[in-house]
Amino acid sequence: MAGRLNAQALLAVAAVVLIAAAPLMAQWVKVLLTIALAKGLAVLGIMILLRAGQVSFGHAMFYAASAYAGAFVGRWTGGGELFVLIGAGLAVSLALGLAIGVFVVRYRYIFFAMLNLAFSMVLFSILEKFFHVTGGSDGMRIARPTVLGMELERAPFEYVMFYLTLGLVVGLAWGVRRYLASPLGQALAAVKSNETRLEYLGMSARHALLVGYVLSAGLAGLGGVLASITQGLATPEIAYWVRSGEFVFIAILGGAGTVAGAFAGAVVYEGVRSYAAAYFADIWQMVLGAVLLAIILFAPGGLVGLAERLTGRRLRGGSADPAVAADQARVGER
Amino acid sequence: MSQPLLETRDLQIQFGGVVAASGVNLDVIEGETLAIIGPNGAGKTTFLNLCTGYIKPSAGRVTFRGADITARSPRAITRLGIARAFQIPQLFAEHTVLENLLLAAAVRDRVWNPFRRLATLPARGEMLALLDLVGAGDLADQPVEVLPEGRRKLVDIAIALALKPRLLLLDEPTSGVASAEKFQIMDILANALARERVTAVFVEHDMEVVRRYASRVAVWNTGKITHSGPPDEVLSDPDVRRDVIGL
Ligand SMILES: Nc1ncnc2c1ncn2[C@@H]1O[C@H](COP(=O)(O)OP(=O)(O)OP(=O)(O)O)[C@@H](O)[C@H]1O
Ligand SMILES: [Mg+2]
Repeated sequence: MAGRLNAQALLAVAAVVLIAAAPLMAQWVKVLLTIALAKGLAVLGIMILLRAGQVSFGHAMFYAASAYAGAFVGRWTGGGELFVLIGAGLAVSLALGLAIGVFVVRYRYIFFAMLNLAFSMVLFSILEKFFHVTGGSDGMRIARPTVLGMELERAPFEYVMFYLTLGLVVGLAWGVRRYLASPLGQALAAVKSNETRLEYLGMSARHALLVGYVLSAGLAGLGGVLASITQGLATPEIAYWVRSGEFVFIAILGGAGTVAGAFAGAVVYEGVRSYAAAYFADIWQMVLGAVLLAIILFAPGGLVGLAERLTGRRLRGGSADPAVAADQARVGER
Repeated sequence: MSQPLLETRDLQIQFGGVVAASGVNLDVIEGETLAIIGPNGAGKTTFLNLCTGYIKPSAGRVTFRGADITARSPRAITRLGIARAFQIPQLFAEHTVLENLLLAAAVRDRVWNPFRRLATLPARGEMLALLDLVGAGDLADQPVEVLPEGRRKLVDIAIALALKPRLLLLDEPTSGVASAEKFQIMDILANALARERVTAVFVEHDMEVVRRYASRVAVWNTGKITHSGPPDEVLSDPDVRRDVIGL
């Protein structure tokens, strides 16, 4: 048991060290990795909802709302301060998550998925149509903000964004794992398996789901503002439903319901995407589609499940950690 | 006379043409173990649904410890101290037996700290002891999904007990259980009820179980309470023997 847990921790540390060292060997990957990790945060949000058996096809709205919040604050404050931009993005996505969450947690499955989609389409239209405020389809430029008051050149700024994102990813991955192992997080699986019993324990299934939803919105928002600041641009395209679908795609690719899967999926996805876009310019979506098909057919546990099979170990082994045990049960289901 | 723990006054509900309750007045006295018997489809489960707010009566009132709970939700009523075990066990299918109980304890104790692990809650020892008490200690780490019906039933009852209710409502606790095990389960239950001083209502089809474990029996037939009294008296009533027991 302890051995398996250690193997798991070791693998996580190795992955983090590898990613942290990558830009030192090949400079160009740091922006790619920053974007991938930022998307991974949004995917982590999707993973939380998957624990409750729910899928959102609208989480790009939080990703985008947060990015635009950062862009506006940057504009109003003449460039602004990095941490203020990030804080604004996070606050807006959490508030929006609460406002929309209160409504959507009344619904389940297809209705839940589609309501999220509907809300995201509303946001997309607003960003597109009110071009005098939002810049329309051109979006808003985000000037490079100061970092704790320091003006940085492009290269050091990109390093800051990369290591900051990586640090947040490590901290939040740990935090979300703890949350998922806590009664509140375990209640998500209870929402999935038996809402009646949950109510008859004296707990509201909606409240349990709402906590997960607001958290997932915050994670998506954080990802959105980090990615957009890194790219220096917020466009309506990031609120489009295709982007929401991408998050779900990555979640399945990585391994539905697992924290490690969110980031493994995001890094592999961005890698395949930029490689495929460069070498098969017009058919890269086809390559991605084929990859997803292969995953669903041959590795329903996603990348995490695949890694387990290849190494012959249960990376999420039967430990005392219930989040881990639940993962296992989930893989067994298929 | 002291006030009943649970009072129902003139409860009415019908589903289409089926009258499940028409003018039901049933009181549950603190400390008693009340059995409800009646033919299939008489409305016994519906009565438990009405008492716990799962469905609302079209007329009438439910009072628990003096407070009107007619319009409250199952969640609110559970928090007031009424726990329920179901005719068809209601478990968290993705969790183990112990985790099912720990979730109940977490809700009971309101442990909402997101950094507190479910697996290591302070109530863990208490829940393991409860599992031992109901004779399911060896099942703690089993996923509930793989359990046979009788064991699932037991876990469902244990979840209700874990909430430490004042009033426990049990819907056919021994159905789906091998007859040899019936008395074993009921012995365990009777022990737990006595120890924790829980008042209980149980719906039951097995008359031997009723005779042995109930302190009072109420007969439910076509939406009404037709008889109520000590088991020996009610179970030997010719009408009850004909209409309910089928002798
Ligand atoms: N929610 C509902 N909607 C429609 N009809 C219902 C509903 N609940 C119960 N009924 C009907 O009301 C009647 C009483 O049902 P109930 O389940 O209370 O009976 P019961 O006494 O518990 O029977 P059994 O001994 O078979 O468990 C039945 O005819 C049932 O079909
Ligand atoms: Mg019934």
